[in-house]
Amino acid sequence: MLAYVIQRVAQSALVLLVVGLVAFSMFRFVGDPIDNMLGQERTQADIERLRVVLGLDQPFVVQYYKFLEGAVQGNFGVSYRQGRPVSDILIERAPATLELAAVSGFLAISIGIGLGVFTAIRRNGIGANVIMSASLIGVSLPTFLIGILLIYLFSVELGWLPSFGRGETVDIGAWSTGFLTASGLKALILPSITLGLYQMTLIMRLVRSEMLEVLRQDYIRFARARGLRERAVNFRHALKNTLVPVITVTGLQLGSIIAFAIITETVFQWPGVGLLFINAIQFVDIPVMAAYLMLISVMFVGINLIVDLLYFAIDPRLRVDRTGGH
Amino acid sequence: MKMRSLIATAVLLSSTSLVSAETLKWARAGDSLTLDPHAQNEGPTSTLAHQIMEPLVMRDHSGALVPALATEWAPSTDNPNVWTFTLREGVTYHDGSAFNAEDVVFSLNRAMTPDSDYKELLASVKEVRAVGDYTIEIETDGPNPIMPNNLTNMFIMDKGWAEANGAVKVQDYEGGEDTFAAKNANGTGPYKLVSREPDVKTVLEAYDGYWGADEFPLAYTTIEYTPIQNAATRVAALLSGEVDFIQDVPVQDLERVASTDGLDVRTAPQNRVIFFGLNAGDADLANDNVEGKNPLADVRVRRAMSMAINRDAIKQIVMRGQSQPAGMIAPPFVNGWDETMDASSKTDIEGAKALMEEAGYGDGFSIQLDCPNDRYINDEAICQASVGMLAQIGITVNLDAKPKAQHFPLLSNLETDFYMLGWGVPTYDSEYIFNFLVHGRTDKYGSWNATRFTNDGLNEKIVSLAGNTDLEARNADIASIWEAVQEEAIYIPLHHQVLNWGMKSSVGTVVEAEDSPKIKYFEIN
Repeated sequence: MLAYVIQRVAQSALVLLVVGLVAFSMFRFVGDPIDNMLGQERTQADIERLRVVLGLDQPFVVQYYKFLEGAVQGNFGVSYRQGRPVSDILIERAPATLELAAVSGFLAISIGIGLGVFTAIRRNGIGANVIMSASLIGVSLPTFLIGILLIYLFSVELGWLPSFGRGETVDIGAWSTGFLTASGLKALILPSITLGLYQMTLIMRLVRSEMLEVLRQDYIRFARARGLRERAVNFRHALKNTLVPVITVTGLQLGSIIAFAIITETVFQWPGVGLLFINAIQFVDIPVMAAYLMLISVMFVGINLIVDLLYFAIDPRLRVDRTGGH
Repeated sequence: MKMRSLIATAVLLSSTSLVSAETLKWARAGDSLTLDPHAQNEGPTSTLAHQIMEPLVMRDHSGALVPALATEWAPSTDNPNVWTFTLREGVTYHDGSAFNAEDVVFSLNRAMTPDSDYKELLASVKEVRAVGDYTIEIETDGPNPIMPNNLTNMFIMDKGWAEANGAVKVQDYEGGEDTFAAKNANGTGPYKLVSREPDVKTVLEAYDGYWGADEFPLAYTTIEYTPIQNAATRVAALLSGEVDFIQDVPVQDLERVASTDGLDVRTAPQNRVIFFGLNAGDADLANDNVEGKNPLADVRVRRAMSMAINRDAIKQIVMRGQSQPAGMIAPPFVNGWDETMDASSKTDIEGAKALMEEAGYGDGFSIQLDCPNDRYINDEAICQASVGMLAQIGITVNLDAKPKAQHFPLLSNLETDFYMLGWGVPTYDSEYIFNFLVHGRTDKYGSWNATRFTNDGLNEKIVSLAGNTDLEARNADIASIWEAVQEEAIYIPLHHQVLNWGMKSSVGTVVEAEDSPKIKYFEIN
């Protein structure tokens, strides 16, 4: 077990280094930050001076090395756009994204599994068919369109929910939360639906098909024959056995909820790290882009690791294999 | 006791109702980048700063130069290189400390340090000195007849406050430390900073001790400024009443906003002209199909290209009526702008074809057009329309549209032969245009001139403008430089951009040509 963990962690570190290298080799194609940083009145001499100050005259490998040198000491540099330390900005922005992702993830998992089970058990019912057809919308419509449609319906036409921002937030230490105010909770509704809809339909369809598969198995038939109640059969025996693939997919999808928050955050002007990243790309704010990409890859690698470890907990067969029982 | 609490309650009630009634919720695409007044010379940054801080002289919403922290200014009678500014007395900063000449000397010197984004506007300044508590002198290297025009965004900070808070130096990228002045401000302006979360929300409140309290409407007591990047969301926020005023209505939504009850769209020509630049100087072009020659070096080809562009069609179809066709690359407010010149561009396909024939390019040629896609209103669509128009005279244009961060480096690195550029003139004087766009590229001049065009006689004339105090002779020189620019046709003027501000009908303001609203002028209808 320990050897397995160490091996996985080493692999993860290697992946991170490679991601960083690729990212730095790409930054030059995003554009040149100098023009954004200097005013319209800049001279050619100003341009040269700033390029040297920022180290942009160096090859990207050198820039990457300098970034790593700072990063291991917890220093991600200074944002070109805001002139403030990147780590401060990220800490400021992280709560908005994490809260949004948590609510979206919760909605996606709870509603997704619930509807999945429902559509599997009543697979010929009218309700199940309506839900299945409607779920096609969630899979096929792009996120920004769903966001704009929701804003149009609930903000412009009905005037029920805010179209942008986080509402009032309360600071608890360094964490600003929108969970404690009415306007903060209202502001969460549309963005979290927009962000979670795709994952919700994905989980629902996955649970349904796995469940249908499992319900055909012999042990379910035997369970029914034993006279177990329908509820115990469906939830204790069937659902539990569908969960292994569901956890894999859900884990990876949680990562993408945070990573793809970029689009939702842009549509709803949600002040999280995704919006920060979009601004960074437009401005060619290299320190922010680098820090964000590294954090996202740390997160994906970490989630993968956790998912792998969860297999151990859920599927006893893996445990037996690994300890070499046979 | 009871009476007193009653009065207190009444006062409280009336004041809260006042506050809630007079809040302006204001949104635009971008946020201010920093509150440090000298760190970024950029639209949204100086617009927000204008509510909190003040320069010596500023422009009101009609574009006129009006007194702010200086009440009078004039060139000194005994030395033509010196401008004397008389400062306003009795002005206080938001923390209560008094404003005087020391602060002006400190602030202008701060704006001239290498990390300042405003240093180029003060490049001719030799010394700024106080000659009394409320008088300062600015001495320049030679006479500078338009010195005050350069000061309209040059904000004044409190010296004592800057020293006490470690903000003497302009915020830079090297130190990695947060400058106090980047997130805090202590100005003399009509509004003081209450709270600020970058990219989220900035709240300002009317400053009780403002010197101009009786002079300006100051109808709004609170300002809530929110950047909303996504255009559709910004419009939705206006339509749903969550914001009162948005500065940038996308042209496709103008009708939707204007036709909504209680909302207005107000438009005015912007201080920004859009044009194409042509590489007229190189012997051969990298991005065309003509070997060993540069077709754009022939002035007949350049004129033919200009004649092929149908500016009215661009206005009607691409800009939905929201542009003003241009014949010269100066916005109409600028000293040196000429009505006949600006109306001089005519579409004439036959004439253009004849010119091409005459120049030996009757069969046309192909060339690459570099265009930004996120900088000007409908920039990429304008370029696409132009591709079709130039095809009519045999020029095959390959359009390469890119984000601004990739487009503008092509100009500074001289890697483009045919490009789009837009230009605003903060000094309202043609010299600014000539310095950056007409003078040949050197270390000091022509940093935005990617046409490779340079003409020694013209360059000399441009440089001499700076020191010419005889305004009539100077204007004559400006006119003759414009003649030459029009003659050479190194730029193809397209149009003047039009600003569209969307707001609740109750918001009383006219559109400011530099897209920099000063809320103190706003009234409530």
